[in-house]
Amino acid sequence: MNKKYKNTVGPRRAAAYIVLIILTFFCLIWFYVLFINTTQSNSALKYGFTAVPGNYLFKNMYNLFHGPTPVLQGMLNSFIIAALSAVLCTYFSTMTAYAIHAYSFKGKKAIFTFILAIMMIPTQVTALGFIRLMNTMRLNDSFIPLIIPSIAAPITFFYMKQYMDSNLPGSLIEAARIDGAGEFRIFNSIVIPLMKPAIAVQGIFTFVASWNNYFIPNLILSDKMKKTLPIMIAELRGSDWKTFDMGQVYAMITFAIFPVIIVYLILSKYIIGGVTAGGVKE
Amino acid sequence: MAGSTGSKAASGRDKIKSYNKYGYLFLIPFAVVFVIFQLIPLVQTIYYSFFENYRSGLKMIGPNFIGLENYKTLFQSGDFLIYFKNTMIMWVLGFVPQILVSLLLAAWFTDVSLRLKGQRFFKTVIYLPNLIMASAFSMLFFTLFGDIGPINSILVSLGLISGPYKFMSHVWSVRGLVALMNFLMWFGNTTILLMAGMMGIDKSLFEAAEVDGATSGQIFRKVTLPLLKPIFIYVLITSLIGGLQMFDVPQILTNGSGDPNRTSMTLVMYLNKHLFSKNYGMAGALSVILLIITGILSLIVFRATMKDED
Repeated sequence: MNKKYKNTVGPRRAAAYIVLIILTFFCLIWFYVLFINTTQSNSALKYGFTAVPGNYLFKNMYNLFHGPTPVLQGMLNSFIIAALSAVLCTYFSTMTAYAIHAYSFKGKKAIFTFILAIMMIPTQVTALGFIRLMNTMRLNDSFIPLIIPSIAAPITFFYMKQYMDSNLPGSLIEAARIDGAGEFRIFNSIVIPLMKPAIAVQGIFTFVASWNNYFIPNLILSDKMKKTLPIMIAELRGSDWKTFDMGQVYAMITFAIFPVIIVYLILSKYIIGGVTAGGVKE
Repeated sequence: MAGSTGSKAASGRDKIKSYNKYGYLFLIPFAVVFVIFQLIPLVQTIYYSFFENYRSGLKMIGPNFIGLENYKTLFQSGDFLIYFKNTMIMWVLGFVPQILVSLLLAAWFTDVSLRLKGQRFFKTVIYLPNLIMASAFSMLFFTLFGDIGPINSILVSLGLISGPYKFMSHVWSVRGLVALMNFLMWFGNTTILLMAGMMGIDKSLFEAAEVDGATSGQIFRKVTLPLLKPIFIYVLITSLIGGLQMFDVPQILTNGSGDPNRTSMTLVMYLNKHLFSKNYGMAGALSVILLIITGILSLIVFRATMKDED
């Protein structure tokens, strides 16, 4: 090995660690300050920032749950929408991918190209027609327009298709057919279990995307008891927050952010592995 | 289902044919949902863009067909160009540091000779902000950077500034905060994508360059970067498409106003405004223009990645 090349390893490694530590600091500091401030009383917060936690965490949480915003209902609404979206999206995307993967029929290639082509259409550009149609169908203020559309998810479909190409051998399906299993049974009891790792990854992504979604739910939901967490956060920003108990404001942000952080820390291995396998050819 | 189990007498060919009709059957859920929730809304959006249709007081005006009048108004009022410019400025401010930092990190993470420890920890940390609820994240920034918020209190107590800095009242501090949040939320994702691209490069190319006496900087510029071009284009264009959709962060940070003086108002915030005030004609025209821009950008991605396949 070239000597000059070898000599630069030490300083380069040091530079890498320094940059990584700085970036780690900038990624985490906000959540640290958020946590500290959630544990402070309103009067302590007015006084300035202290680096050590106070003892107001449970009091702030108690006040939040007994405040005017139905945050627990909001969390439940967010959870129902996100969980059902994740289940429907992964199941039906797998089904769509299986149709393209396992069968050959007229127009298959055209359909595949078409699904890829619509992948990039942002939901915002169809929002106008979407909310007007939902109004006509009397589905405004319902969870249905926020859950059912996840069945047609081109990105999840594409991920599932790629996963099948390398993990679902055709011989297995053949064997099941010879054993006399019907096509729906093959799909439900052989394909779905084999696709579990891919379903888990995409389920997490769909859940998080739905959980964080603000634009469309904000246009669909207007009943106070049906609103999701992001809408409640936006309303908190829109209200005269200066008169608020700041401890409660921080508690609400914590309430919206920390569940995702905790789930992420448990599942991070799968999530990071799943980022790349999507749109890009490796 | 009876057909698929088939009688033994049926020839193999018929059997395959009867299996294949399930291909269409399995496509039905996707097709139905796509048509109802995406295709019809899309067609309707385009249709409305040619109509005068807005709310004036309690009365709805129209819909009356007015051709391209909405598009004319959109451009002549100058609003579209202002918001397009704002969106692009905030996107560039976030994207430039994002791509530079991500390239650096991806190069370090994939460099075997560096033997960096704690890679999993660092990757977990830098990806974390991507999953945070954008609206809650910007609400958090709004409180942290408020006039009496902790950032001002820290800066004052460190003696860096004499009095609190009004982050929300200055053009470049608001744009800077939006860019900072976008940077934090996306650089981890970009790093992981670029890493995948770098790991896909044939290792023997690096070894050959090393044997020829190339420094690590030379290897990075002359071997890694050119081979990374397709994935680089993918990251650039998808980020640009995402940037055009920028909404949650500036919307919550400025409470939908795009203040100071509409300098942080993005295109989708403008669209959202029209949707809420039931100004459907203008909302339609704006949507169609966004669709066209996105379509052109997507075509570039499609071309770039398809060339890669050949």
